[in-house]
Amino acid sequence: MGKIKFATTWLDGCSGCHMSLLDIDERILDVLSAADIVYGPLVDFKDFPQGVDVTFVEGAVSSDEDEEKIIKIRQNTKTLVSFGDCAITANIPGMRNYYPTKDIFQRAYFENADINHKTPLIGIPHLLPQTRPIHEVVTVDIFLPGCPPPADVIFFAITELLQGRIPDLTGKTRFGK
Amino acid sequence: MKKVSQIQTLVIDGKEVGGRHDETILQVARENDIFIPTLCHLDGLTEYGGCRMCIVEIKGMPRLTPSCTTLIREGMVVTTNSERIMEYRRGILALLFTERNHICSACVSNGHCELQGLALKLGLTHVEFPYIFPKMPVDATHDRFIADHNRCVLCSRCVRVCHEVEGAHTKDIMGRGITARIITDLMQDWGESKTCTGCGKCVHVCPTGALTEKGKSVAEMEKRRQFLPYLKLMRERS
Repeated sequence: MGKIKFATTWLDGCSGCHMSLLDIDERILDVLSAADIVYGPLVDFKDFPQGVDVTFVEGAVSSDEDEEKIIKIRQNTKTLVSFGDCAITANIPGMRNYYPTKDIFQRAYFENADINHKTPLIGIPHLLPQTRPIHEVVTVDIFLPGCPPPADVIFFAITELLQGRIPDLTGKTRFGK
Repeated sequence: MKKVSQIQTLVIDGKEVGGRHDETILQVARENDIFIPTLCHLDGLTEYGGCRMCIVEIKGMPRLTPSCTTLIREGMVVTTNSERIMEYRRGILALLFTERNHICSACVSNGHCELQGLALKLGLTHVEFPYIFPKMPVDATHDRFIADHNRCVLCSRCVRVCHEVEGAHTKDIMGRGITARIITDLMQDWGESKTCTGCGKCVHVCPTGALTEKGKSVAEMEKRRQFLPYLKLMRERS
């Protein structure tokens, strides 16, 4: 049997969940002995591959690019893990949801800018009207809350998944941290 | 004539227990170390029965019943944690999370919050209902306290403690259902209140980060509730 294909990525998040993933320290070697990391910020592959066994997605769905990415990831992933509070609740990125996007652009690119007063539109992803949790866009198999989830819980979840089990996360981590 | 307490016996989760006739199912369960989750209930305040976290099944009754407001009866058979009950409790919690903006990671009560604690305890890892993301006000007009309506669960503990214990009745609830909101006096800024004594009891009974002390950063707000059973006991004695 070949190694398990493992991918990670982030959408609208701060990368803190990936920092916490790196906090598993030398145990990442145990992960690598059972899995190949086929996509994500830890490795250098440009496109999301087909037939991935487990994907951890950090961050919420905030732009049309995020939306495209998460749909492609879902189509090519067996077990999708909603990784951290932004992915699960929209969390901090969701705090813009109380305002229309035009007000946000006004604030960011006009009120708070000294020069070049204009909203960038070319070559960048476009904001959706609201930031939404991943599971409101695609089906999610496992939820790993926390801001960020603790490294030990991340390692536990990965280990269980790599051995083909569904991790029981009851009581192990919560919204917030 | 002195009122005589009657002892009544009942079964909770298969365990034979007894209590006084004027005790609630919740009280008797707690005396017998049977866990029932609660949110609006707080020892020392009158029962409100609003949050529905403490619902239980009573044999012969089709509907689920809040255990905090239901008195025990002889021969009752009560179940506190069936799959049906747990599903309802998680559903109620999920609705509370969607109705306001409980962003735990950026909350002064992170780690000390009863809503967050219940989600952990009941295994709520995500919310199936779509989040509403309502735009809610924050009242920081008081010198020492903040009311953040983003984090309020309308448990009414603040209303009850202000009325029943402090005797000021500064806090109340305005509106209905999902649009209901805790108000100060006749919906005035807290800092302008003529009735608020500044005692801080409301802040310390609040289960979430809705009422907090100023000057606290993320996860720094720990509530102190020891005063409440003590005050109640001393008043009953005098």
